[in-house]
Amino acid sequence: MTNMEKYVKVFTDTLDISEEQTKGLQYTAIPAWDSVGHMALIAGLEDTFDIMMDTDDIIDFNSFEKGIEILGNNYDVEF
Amino acid sequence: MMWNFKKYSQNTALETADSRMTYEELEQAGNELAESMGRCLVFSLCTNSIGSVVGYTGFIQNKTVPLLLSAHLDKKLLLSLADTYHPSYFWYPEEVDIMAAGITGNVVFEKHGYCLLKSDYSDKEQTLYSELALLLTTSGSTGSPKLVRQSYENIKTNTEQIVEYLKIDSLERPVTTLPMNYTYGLSIINSHLMVGASVCLTDSTIMQKEFWNFFKEKKCTSFSGVPYTYEMLDKLRFYRMDLPYLKTMTQAGGKLSTELHKKFAEYALQSGKNFVVMYGQCEATARMGYLPPEYALQKQGSMGIAIPKGHFMLIDDSGNEILDSGVSGELVYEGKNVTLGYAEKREDLLNGDEFEGKLKTGDLAERDSDGFYYIVGRKKRFLKIYGNRVNLDEVEKLIKSSYSQLECACCGTDDHMDIFITNGTAADKVKAFAAQKTGLNPAAFHMYVIENIPKNEAGKTLYGELKKYSQ
Repeated sequence: MTNMEKYVKVFTDTLDISEEQTKGLQYTAIPAWDSVGHMALIAGLEDTFDIMMDTDDIIDFNSFEKGIEILGNNYDVEF
Repeated sequence: MMWNFKKYSQNTALETADSRMTYEELEQAGNELAESMGRCLVFSLCTNSIGSVVGYTGFIQNKTVPLLLSAHLDKKLLLSLADTYHPSYFWYPEEVDIMAAGITGNVVFEKHGYCLLKSDYSDKEQTLYSELALLLTTSGSTGSPKLVRQSYENIKTNTEQIVEYLKIDSLERPVTTLPMNYTYGLSIINSHLMVGASVCLTDSTIMQKEFWNFFKEKKCTSFSGVPYTYEMLDKLRFYRMDLPYLKTMTQAGGKLSTELHKKFAEYALQSGKNFVVMYGQCEATARMGYLPPEYALQKQGSMGIAIPKGHFMLIDDSGNEILDSGVSGELVYEGKNVTLGYAEKREDLLNGDEFEGKLKTGDLAERDSDGFYYIVGRKKRFLKIYGNRVNLDEVEKLIKSSYSQLECACCGTDDHMDIFITNGTAADKVKAFAAQKTGLNPAAFHMYVIENIPKNEAGKTLYGELKKYSQ
C-alpha cells in the first residue's frame, strides 16, 4: 500500500466513511469527526506511520488535506 | 432574584472571540427578552454563546421556566419533547431550523443571534409549580421525556456551595469546555455569574487550535472536563503546554481512571495549579462531592467528601446505614440542593418537592477510614459515555421500536456501549442509528451479532451472560 492509501484507510476505517467522502473533509463537518473521532484518527495515524505527533500538529489538523501537509512536512511521510 | 447583576454592573460577564458583555448589559438583555413572557415554559436550545446565556439568565431572573436542550438535539426527539410538554416559547440559534422539526408558531423577537418563537402550544393552559425554576434532561441525549425539576432554592444553594469550596472570586475567567445544557457546564456559568467573574464562551473543542488560541488570549484561569476530556488532554501532552494563567482544573461526569487522576494531580502539584475531582448528578442540581485539591495525590481514585452543607451516607440493601469503613453500599446524599423530583409529562410540572432533600444516587461507594468516598459501581442500568448518562434500557427500547425484526440487548462499560443484536445484516444500520439518536460518536458503540439473546424463564435478559462475548 502506498502512504496515500494507508492515510485514506485510516480515515475511512476510523470515521466509517467512503473514500470519496475523504476529499476536502473538514473537522466537525460530519458527526463522526468530532473531538472523540479526532483522537481516534490521530491514534490511527500514529500507529500506521509509527510516529508521535506534537500537540500543535494535533490541534492544527483540521482537514483531510491539512493532515497530508502536516505528515509530509513534519514527519517525513512521503505522499 | 438568582443573581445580583447590579452589584457587578461594570464587570465583564461574558466574553467570546469577538465580543463582550458587562453584567449591566447582560441584565438589560435578559429583561428585554423575558420581561413580557411571564411565567410559562420555554425550550432553550443551548450553545456556548452570548444569546444562549442571555436567554438562560433572563428566563431565570424573570421567573420563566426554561428546559435546556442541546441545539444539536435530533429533530424528532425535539418534537416529541415539545408534544409532551407544550412549551409556550422556543429560544434557539438563528441557524437552527426548528420549523423543520415540525414545530409551528411565530418568531416574536430576534437578537444576539437567537430567535424567540411563540409556539402554537401557547394557547394551552400554562400552570407551573411556584418554586419550579429550571428543567434539565436526565439522560443527556436519548430524548427521553424524563426531566429533573430544579427549584430556585436548589440552584442558589448549590451555586453558593460551589463558590465556597472552589473559592471562586470575581477575578476568575473560566473557559466553557462543556455544553451549558449539561448540568456540570451550567454549574460553571451559575457559580461564576454569582460572584462577578468573566465567563469566556467558546463552542470550539480542546482538539482545535482555535480553542487554545482563545484560551491563551483570554487568559483563562480554569477549565472543566469529563473523564474523556482528560484522556484527550493526556493524548495532547497537555503537561507540556505553557498556560501561566491557568489556576484550576475540575473533573466530574464519571470516574476518572486512577492512572489519569495521578498524572493530573502530579502535574498540578508541580506547576502550582489545583486539580479538583468532583462528584455530582443532575438530581442534586449539579454537585454533591469534591476532593479538596490538597488531597488530590494522597487520595487517588477518590471523589472526596460532601460539599459544604451537604451530607453523605452509605446504606445496605435493607436500607440500614453502613457505619464501617471499607464496606460498599448505595451512596445517599442529603442537602438543600437535592432537586424537587422528576417529570415525565406536562402535569408533573405542577408537582412540589418529592425528593425532600434526600437523594439515593444509584452509585455504589465505599468510605475509607479518613472519611473519603470512592465510587465502586452502579446500581442502575446506565453508562456514562463521554460524560453523558446513557440509559441502557432506553437505548434498547429505541432500537427495538425502529428495528422490530430483531432482538437487542445493550450493556457495556463507561465510554463503551456493547449492542447485541440477532440479525447481522442490520449491524451497521443499528450502530449508525444509536449514534444518531444519542448524539454520541459512533466509536462509542460496539456491535455484536449473536444467535439468541440469553434470557431467563420469565423472559428477562441475562446481561451477565453477555459479558463473555465482549471480554
